Amino acid sequence: MNLTYFLFFICIVVCTLIITYWAAKRSVTTNIFYTAAGSLTGFQNGMAIAGDFISAASFLGIVGTIAFSGYDGFLYSIGFLVSYLVVLFLIAEPVHRLGKYSLGDVICSRFPGSSMRLIMAFGAFTISILYMIPQLVASGFLLRLLLDIDYSVSVLVIGSLMTIYVMFGGMIATSWVQIVKTIVLMSGTFLLSLIVLSNYNWNVPAIISDVKERSPLGEYFFHPGHLFDSPIELISLQLALILGTAGLPHILIRLFTVKNTFEVRRSLLSATWIIGTFYLMTLILGLGTIAFLGYEALAATDSTGNLAAPLLAQAVGGDFLLAFISAVAFTTIVAVVAGLVISATTAFSHDIYHMIWKKGKSTEKEQLYAARWTALAIGLLSTVFALRLETMNVTFLVSMTFIVAASSIFPVLLFTIYWKRFNRTGVVAGMFCGLIASLLLLVLGPHIMDTENGLIARDAIIPLYNPGIIAIPIGFLGAFLGAFLSGGQAKKEASYYAFFKKAQTGSRSRSDAS
Amino acid sequence: MNTQPVSVERKQEEPINFVKVEESRKFKNFMHAKKKFIVPLTIFFLVFYFTLPILTSYTTFLNAPFFGDISWVWVFAISQFIMTWVLSTIYVKKANRFDEMAEEIVKEQLDKGGNH
Repeated sequence: MNLTYFLFFICIVVCTLIITYWAAKRSVTTNIFYTAAGSLTGFQNGMAIAGDFISAASFLGIVGTIAFSGYDGFLYSIGFLVSYLVVLFLIAEPVHRLGKYSLGDVICSRFPGSSMRLIMAFGAFTISILYMIPQLVASGFLLRLLLDIDYSVSVLVIGSLMTIYVMFGGMIATSWVQIVKTIVLMSGTFLLSLIVLSNYNWNVPAIISDVKERSPLGEYFFHPGHLFDSPIELISLQLALILGTAGLPHILIRLFTVKNTFEVRRSLLSATWIIGTFYLMTLILGLGTIAFLGYEALAATDSTGNLAAPLLAQAVGGDFLLAFISAVAFTTIVAVVAGLVISATTAFSHDIYHMIWKKGKSTEKEQLYAARWTALAIGLLSTVFALRLETMNVTFLVSMTFIVAASSIFPVLLFTIYWKRFNRTGVVAGMFCGLIASLLLLVLGPHIMDTENGLIARDAIIPLYNPGIIAIPIGFLGAFLGAFLSGGQAKKEASYYAFFKKAQTGSRSRSDAS
Repeated sequence: MNTQPVSVERKQEEPINFVKVEESRKFKNFMHAKKKFIVPLTIFFLVFYFTLPILTSYTTFLNAPFFGDISWVWVFAISQFIMTWVLSTIYVKKANRFDEMAEEIVKEQLDKGGNH
C-alpha cells in the first residue's frame, strides 16, 4: 500500500472516529441512541438515506454492469430510484407517525402484543443480517483488490469500524458517517464524470461511437436484452427492486430520525434527487469505462466488472485519483454496514430485550447498556461469519434481500396500514409465507442448484435467478388469506378507526406526546 | 369546554369516539382528497414503470432512433428518472395541505373526544 492510499484511508478513519467520539458524548438516552432524538433536518436525513442505500454493489457493481451489458445494467438504477415513490406515497408518513424506534413499534400500534412484535423484530433482524454479511464479504475482496491488503485484515477493519460507530455513537454517529459518505461519494463520482466528459471535449456522440467500437456488443450495447435470459427474469427483478426498498428495515428506521412528517417528505425528496443524480453519473462512468479502456482490458483485470470505476479513475487521473476513488468505495462500505448494524441492534435490543423480555420495564440505563452490548455482539458475530465465508460466493444475497423484504415486511406493513380487515393471523401468515417462499426459491434456484459450481450439483428446480415474481405474490397472498380466512374483525372496528386516525393524521403521535 | 386548553393527560383518560370521527364530514373529505391524489398517481407510476421492461421484452420498436445514436428506449429510461423527481416534488407540495387538514381534525375533533 503506497503513501497516498494510506493517507486517504487514515483521513477517513480519523474523521469518522471524531464523529463517533462527538456522538458518543451525546448518546445518553435511548431516544438519542436509536433515532438521534429526531434531530436531523430533512435534507440531512435525505443525505443519510442516500448514504444508507447506495451500497458498494451500487457504486462499483452498476458501473461494471453497464460497462459489460450496456442498457440492461442501467435497469437496476431505474428500479432502485423509482422504489422511493412507493416509500414516499404509501409507507413513509404512516410509519413515522406510528413507530417510535423500530418497525415492531409500527405493528404493535395496531396489534399490541409480544408475538406481533417478535415477528416483526425477527423479520427486520433477519433481513439486516442477510444484507450485512454479503456486504462484509464483498468489502473484504474489494479492499484486497484495491489496496492489496489481506481479505481477513480488510474484513476486520471494516467490521470493527462499523461496530465502534454504532456501539458508541448510536444513530447520531451512523447518520453523520452516512452524510459524510454521501458528500464524498457524490463529489467523487461528479469529479470523475467531469474528467471523463472533458477528456472527450464534452462531445457525447464521440463517447457513444467509441463505446460501440470498443464493446463486443457493438451497436447492440445500447439495446436491451443482454443480461437476462427471459422476460420473466427481467420483470421479476424489476418487481423486487420497486417494492423492496419499502420493506428494508434499515431504510425505514431512518424515517424516525426527523421530527415531523414535513421533514419526512423532505428527507425522501432530497434522497430521490441525490440517488437519481448519482445513478445518472454512474451511467456516464459505465460508458466512460468502455470508451476509455475497452472491454478486453476490463475483463482481463476483473471478470465481475466491480473494478470498472477504479480502473477508469486510474486511466483518466492516475494513481492519485485511483486512491481517492478507493477511499470513496471504502467510505461507501462502512456507511452501509453501520446502518445495517444499528437496524439489527434496534430490532434486538429495543423490541426483543426491552419490550418482550423485560416487558417494557427496563430503565434507560439498562436499555442503553443492552443496546451497546447488542451492537458489539452483532458486529463481532457478523465479522466472524464474514471471515469464514471467504471461499463462498455470497454476493447473490444482496439482490435476494430485496426479494425477501418485498415479500415479507412490505405486504405486512402495507396491509397493517391500509386494510381494515387485516389481523394478527394475517401478519404471521404474510411474514412467514414471504420469508419461507423467498428462501425456498433461493435454495431451489440456480444460485444454489447448479450442475457446474452450485452448492447442490444438479439442475435448478425453479430456474429463476430472480424469484421475486413468485415470492412476492406468495407473501401478499399469505397475508391476505391469513386475515381473510381467520376473520373475526368486525367487533374491533373502533380500535381500527383509532389506529387509522393516528396513521393518517398523526393524532397522539410523538409530537403530541413530547 | 372550548376555553379549556387541551392537555395530553385528558386525551389519554377519556375514550375518544373514533367511529364518530371516522364518520365526520371533515375526516371523510380529508381521506377522499388524499385518496383522489395518491391512488391515481400510484397506479400511474407503477404502470409507467412496468411498461418499460414489458415493451423491451416483447417488442423492439423502442430501439428505433430518437435523435442521432440515442434510441427511444433511453428516452423512456431517463423519463423514469424525471417522473420520479416530478412526482415526489408534486407530492411534497400537495402533502403540506394534507398536513393542515389533518391538524384541523386533530385539534377540533380528536382532542375533544370526537363528540364535535
